[in-house]
Amino acid sequence: MGKYKENARVLDQMEISPGIFSLWIQTEQIAEEARAGQFLSLYSADESRLLPRPISICTIDREKKALRLVYRVAGAGTREFSGLKAGDTLEVMGPLGNGFPLLKKKALLIGGGIGIPPMIELARELECEKSLVMGYRTDIRFLKEELEEQGPVYYATEDGSFGAKGTVLDAMEKYKPEAEVLYACGPTPMLRAIQSYARERGIECYLSLEERMACGIGACLACVCKSQEEDSHTHVKNKRICREGPVFRAEEVDLGS
Amino acid sequence: MNTKVTLAGVELKNPVMTASGTFGSGAEYSEFFDLSALGAVVTKGVAHVPWPGNPTPRIAETRGGMLNAIGLQNPGIDVFLERDLPFLRQFDTRVIVNVCGKTVEDYCRVVERLSEAPVDLLEINVSCPNVKEGGIAFGQDPKALEAITRQVKKYARQPVIMKLSPNVTDITEMARAAEAGGADVLSLINTLTGMKIDIHRRTFAIANKTGGMSGPAVKPVALRMVYQTARAVRLPIIGMGGICNGEDAMEFILAGATAVAVGTASFRDPCAAKKTAEGIVRYMEQYQVEDIRELIGVVE
Repeated sequence: MGKYKENARVLDQMEISPGIFSLWIQTEQIAEEARAGQFLSLYSADESRLLPRPISICTIDREKKALRLVYRVAGAGTREFSGLKAGDTLEVMGPLGNGFPLLKKKALLIGGGIGIPPMIELARELECEKSLVMGYRTDIRFLKEELEEQGPVYYATEDGSFGAKGTVLDAMEKYKPEAEVLYACGPTPMLRAIQSYARERGIECYLSLEERMACGIGACLACVCKSQEEDSHTHVKNKRICREGPVFRAEEVDLGS
Repeated sequence: MNTKVTLAGVELKNPVMTASGTFGSGAEYSEFFDLSALGAVVTKGVAHVPWPGNPTPRIAETRGGMLNAIGLQNPGIDVFLERDLPFLRQFDTRVIVNVCGKTVEDYCRVVERLSEAPVDLLEINVSCPNVKEGGIAFGQDPKALEAITRQVKKYARQPVIMKLSPNVTDITEMARAAEAGGADVLSLINTLTGMKIDIHRRTFAIANKTGGMSGPAVKPVALRMVYQTARAVRLPIIGMGGICNGEDAMEFILAGATAVAVGTASFRDPCAAKKTAEGIVRYMEQYQVEDIRELIGVVE
C-alpha cells in the first residue's frame, strides 16, 4: 500500500449543511487504493498554514478515480478548502491510516456529527446485513439520502427535532437495533459510550479516533492514543492514530473518562 | 562541483540532514524518498529506557509555524539498536543519534551503549523544552552545560554535537560553555518555548500548556543565533530553524553553518529535506560555485 502526494483536481463542492461541505476531488492514484475508514491529508495553498488537515473519506469512486470528502469548517484551513471550486487544484496525501475491517457479520454503523461521512463508504463496502444510527445536532440531516440507500437508519438529534432526542446512544436505547459488530466514528464522549455499550453486551466493536496531527504518516508522534497493549513503535502503550489507526478495536484503546 | 562537508572529521555527501524529532528514525519517510539523498539522518531523541511522552493534544499550528510538546516519546536504546539503527544503516547516509536523558548518568549510559554501534555522530539533546527533568535544564545554565558535555565526552567514541537551546539570554555564552566542555560540533536552534490558547474552550491549545515553536516563523531568530555563534566559537555549526528549501539553507551556510537541518518542513512535504539538498545544488550552479565550503560564513 503506497501513500501518494498529489495535486488533486476539484470536481465539485457544495455546502450540505451550515458549515459542512461536500468536496469531490479527482486523484491520480489515491482513489484506486483507498478503503473505507482511511483519511487524506489536505494541504493549504497558504504556506503560513503549514500543517495538513486530516479529513476522512466519505465516498470512493474507483472508476472515476474520485473521492468525496465531507468536512466541517473548523478554522482558517478548512475555510480555505470550502472556497474551492470545480477545476481548482488541491494538494492532498493519502490514502492514510488503516481503515475499517470488512466483516461478514450483521453490522451497526454509528456516526455522530462529522463522524457520519466515513460511514457511507463503509456501508457501501460491507457485504452483509446492516443498519445505521446517526446523531445530528438538529433536523438538518446531511447525507440523509445516501445513508438511507444503505439500510434502515435510526436517528438521534440533540434538540429532539427528529428521531430520538439526545445522542446516538439514546437512539440505540429507543430503537434497539440488533448487531454482531459495531463500527463507530464521532466525538470522543460518544466513542467512550459506544465502547461501554459494546463491552457490556459483549459485541465486537471498532472505533475510529481523531486527534490533532502534524505529519500524518507516523513520524512525529503527535496523534497518539493510549492503548491496552504495547504499541509496536515505542512499546509504551501509545498507538499512533494516523498509522496504527484511526480505526481500533474498542477494547484496544483507553479513551479516558 | 563539491557538496561534501566535514563535521569533526566525518564527511557528509552534502550539508543537509534532518532535524531530530521531525523524522523519527527515517522509516516513515523512506516510503517517499531514498534517504541516501541526505548528508545525514538525525534520529529522534533516544533515552536509555522507553519514554511515553506527554498527554495529547501534543501539537498546535501557529501562523507560519507550530508548537509541539511531544515529550520525547521514544522506544529506548535497546529497541533503537535492534530495530531502528540497522534500518538506517541500509542507506548510504550518515547516522546521527540524538540522545536524551533526565540525569547526566542517563545521557552517559546511552552514549556508552552507542559507543560500539555503527553511528557516525552523537547529538546531545540538552535543549528540549517539553520535559520536566533533564533536557533544557542542562541547556540554560552554562556551568551545567559545560559539565554534561565533559561527562558525555568521557563515554563517547564518536564526535559529539551539543544541541543548543535558543531560550537563553546569550546563545554565545552557551556555545562557549559547550566548547569549553569539549564539544566537537554545535547544532542550533532547538525550539523556542511558546504558547497558544484556544479562546473558544478557554484552555491551552496543547496539554503541556507550553510547547516548542518551530517552522518558517522562527527562521530569522535561528539565523541570527547561528551567525552570532559562528563568530563566538571555532566549532563547526549545524544550523536549523525554519529551513524549508535550498534558499533557506544557503542563508544559514552564508551565516556560518557548515551543515543544515530540515525539520518542521518535512511535515508539510515529506521530501523537503531531499529537495533542500537539490536546491543547494541549483544555487551552486546558478552562481558557479565549485565548492560549497567556500561559502560557509562568508557574510560577515
